[in-house]
Amino acid sequence: MAPYLDEVFANPSGIHAASQRARNAIEAARERAAALLGATRPLEIVFTGGGTEADNLAVAGRALSGNERGGVVTTAVEHEAVLATARFLERLGCPLTVVGVDGTARVSPEDVASAVRPDTAVVSVMAANNELGTLEPVREVADAVRAAGSEAAIHTDAVQAFVSEDITVSSTGADMISLAAHKFGGPKGVGLLYVRDGVALEAVVHGGGQELGRRSGTHNVAGIVGMAAAMDEAVGDRVDFRRRIGEARDRFEAGLRRAVPDIEVNGSLRHRLVQHSHVRIPGVAAETLLIRLDQAGIAAAAGSACHSGAVEVSHVLAAIGMDETAAGECVRFTFGWVNDAADGEKAALAVADVVELLR
Amino acid sequence: MSATALVAMSGGVDSSVAAALMLEEGYDVVGVTLKQWEGPGGEMPTAGCCTVGDAVDARSVAARLGVPYYVLDYVDEFRTEVVDRFGAAYLAGLTPNPCIECNRRVRFDALLERTAALGCDVLVTGHHARVRTGSDGTRHLLAAVDRSKDQSYVLHMLDQRTLARVRLPIGEMTKDEVRARAAELGLRTASKPDSQDLCFVGKGDGGYRAFIRRHFPQAARAGHIVDTSGVEVGEHAGAVDFTVGQRRGLGLAARSGAADDGDPRYVVAVDAATATVTVGRKQDLEVGGCRLGDVSFVAGSPPSDPEVTVKVRYRAEPAAATVAREDGSWVVRFGAPLHAVAPGQAAVLYRDDEVLGGGTIVATFR
Repeated sequence: MAPYLDEVFANPSGIHAASQRARNAIEAARERAAALLGATRPLEIVFTGGGTEADNLAVAGRALSGNERGGVVTTAVEHEAVLATARFLERLGCPLTVVGVDGTARVSPEDVASAVRPDTAVVSVMAANNELGTLEPVREVADAVRAAGSEAAIHTDAVQAFVSEDITVSSTGADMISLAAHKFGGPKGVGLLYVRDGVALEAVVHGGGQELGRRSGTHNVAGIVGMAAAMDEAVGDRVDFRRRIGEARDRFEAGLRRAVPDIEVNGSLRHRLVQHSHVRIPGVAAETLLIRLDQAGIAAAAGSACHSGAVEVSHVLAAIGMDETAAGECVRFTFGWVNDAADGEKAALAVADVVELLR
Repeated sequence: MSATALVAMSGGVDSSVAAALMLEEGYDVVGVTLKQWEGPGGEMPTAGCCTVGDAVDARSVAARLGVPYYVLDYVDEFRTEVVDRFGAAYLAGLTPNPCIECNRRVRFDALLERTAALGCDVLVTGHHARVRTGSDGTRHLLAAVDRSKDQSYVLHMLDQRTLARVRLPIGEMTKDEVRARAAELGLRTASKPDSQDLCFVGKGDGGYRAFIRRHFPQAARAGHIVDTSGVEVGEHAGAVDFTVGQRRGLGLAARSGAADDGDPRYVVAVDAATATVTVGRKQDLEVGGCRLGDVSFVAGSPPSDPEVTVKVRYRAEPAAATVAREDGSWVVRFGAPLHAVAPGQAAVLYRDDEVLGGGTIVATFR
C-alpha cells in the first residue's frame, strides 16, 4: 500500500506515466480479487468505499436499474446496509418483502423462494450474520429462487464470512457478492462488489464514470492494493485461521460455561462462523459488562454501535424472537487473526471475573 | 489503588472541568454521557442538549484528559420516568419541572446504581451546588458559590445515602472560573454556550409547547377562558399553552368587557380536566401558601425549626416561610403572599445557603 500513499500519488484516471502506474496497480488488484472469488472476468469486480457501499450498490443499483422500481426480497437479520437500503427503496415504490428466520437466525430457502414475485429484481441473503455468526444457506437460496423460475439477481453480503468461509461465485451461487477489506485484515474504507457479467446496475454514486460507470469517484488506490493483498493472504490462511480461531472460540465457550454454567450461546451451533461467540449471561446488563471488559482489556460488542457510541437494541435478536430484557444481556465476542487459542481461555476467565462481580 | 470517579459528562463546560478536577484530586476517572432521547431512527437529537454534537464534545474532552469514555443508553428510563411524566403533568394542568424528575429518577438513581456496577466509587456531575460533610458525618447540600448559576433547587431531592457518593466540584467555582479553567486545560468546551432548553426539546422545534402538542395531543383540547367569577371571557386552543402567572398570549385584548378596566390579566388557574383557564388581576395571583407532595428532606428528617426560606421556581428569590405537617401532608405558609406559584413546580426549602429539602407543589391556597 505504502507507495500509493506518497511516491505514486497520481490520480489513476490521468494519462501520464504516474497515473498509469496507479491504474496498473488497480487493475492488478482487480485481477487478483476476481481470481480469488472465482469470477470469470476482472471487470466483474467493482471497487467501492466499503461493504456498506457495496451492499447499497447491489440492492439499490439492481432494483432501480433501467429506471424500474424492482422488488427486493431479503431477510430480517441482514446488516443495516441492506435493510436500510431496502426500506429506502420501498419508500421509492420498490415492493419489499422481509423474510423471517428461525430461532438460530437461519432463513429457509423455501421461504425466500416463495416470497419472490415476478417483479422481484434482487434477492439479498447474507453469507453469515454479523452479530450471531449464523451461516445462511445462500447456495440453496440461489438454487431455490432459480428453480422457481425467477430471474431476480441473487446478492450475498459476505462481509463477515469471507475471512473464514469459502466464499466464491460457485460456492455461493450468487450474482453479486459484497466484501469489506477491514474484515479480513485490509484497510478500512474500501470494499468491493462482485457483479456477474450481464447483471445491469444503476449507479448509486454518480459522477465521472469510474468503474464502468457503476461507481464514480477517484479510486482509493492504496486501499484497493491493500485489499487485494489482504484478500490473497486471507484465502491462503483460511484453513489455519479456522483451526486456530475455532479452537480459541471453543476454548472460550468451554471455559466460560465452566465458570458461569447458566450462559446461553445464541445462534446456530451447527452453522456458525468459527470466529463468533454470541452469549447471553442472564442477569448481567451487556452495557455494564462491556465497559468492565473494556477496562480489563477485552473488546467485545453488543448489538451495533450508533453514532454516539451507545449500544442499540439489536434487530437480529428481535428477529430470532428474543425479548428486550434478554437481548440486553447478550454480548458478542469475535476472535480474529491477532488472537491465538490461549486467548480464548484468558477471555473466558476475564469475563467470568466480571460476571462474578456484577452478580 | 486509587478511587475511581464516574463523571456524568453532558458535553458542556461544567462537567468537562469536573472531570479534570477529579483527575487533579487523584481519582481515576471514567466519563459517561447518558443518551436520554432519540429521533425516530434511534439517533441522538441534533438540536438542544444531549445531542450527537454534545457526545462528540464529551468524547473529545475525555480523550484530551486521557480517560475512558462511554455513552450509556437511558432512553427507556428517560422516556417513562421523565418525558411521559412531563406530558402527564401537563395533561393534568400542572407546570412540571422535568429536570427535577430526571435528577430524582434517572441521574442520581439509575446512575448511582451503575456507578457501583462499573466499579466506581463516586458519582460526579457538573452541577452548580456544593456538598459539605458536618463533624457528625451528616452531609449538607448548599447553594453554589456562583449564585447566578446555582442549581441546588433541582437537586433538593438528594438524600444522605446519595450525597455520600456524589461529588459536585463545580459548585465551589464561579462560572467565569470554570471557563478560565477549561481554557487553561485546552478543553474545546471552554467557550461553549450554556444550554438553556429542555434537553429533549430541540431548538427550532417550536419549544416545549409544540413538543407537548406533538407527543400528547390531548393537551391541545380547546376550551374556555373564564374570569375569577366564572364568567366566560374567551376561548383557547389547549390548556398546554397556559401556565399560572402567564400574562402574554391570552388573546383577550380585543374583547370588550374582559379587560376594559385597563388592568393586565394573568392566568391564575389551569383546570385541564375541563380545559378551563381562569384569568384574573395580579392580586388574584397572590397565594399565601402551598401544599406539597413527594417531599424529602436532605437530612432525612424535617427541620426542627419551622422557620425557613422557600424557592417556588428555579429562578425565584428565596422568600420567608414556615413549614408544618398538616392533615397528613406538608404545608408551606409564606411570610408574605407570593405571585405565580404554579402547581407542578418544586418548592425548595432553604436555611441561609443550605437546602433542607422540598417537594412538588400540589395545590396553593390564599
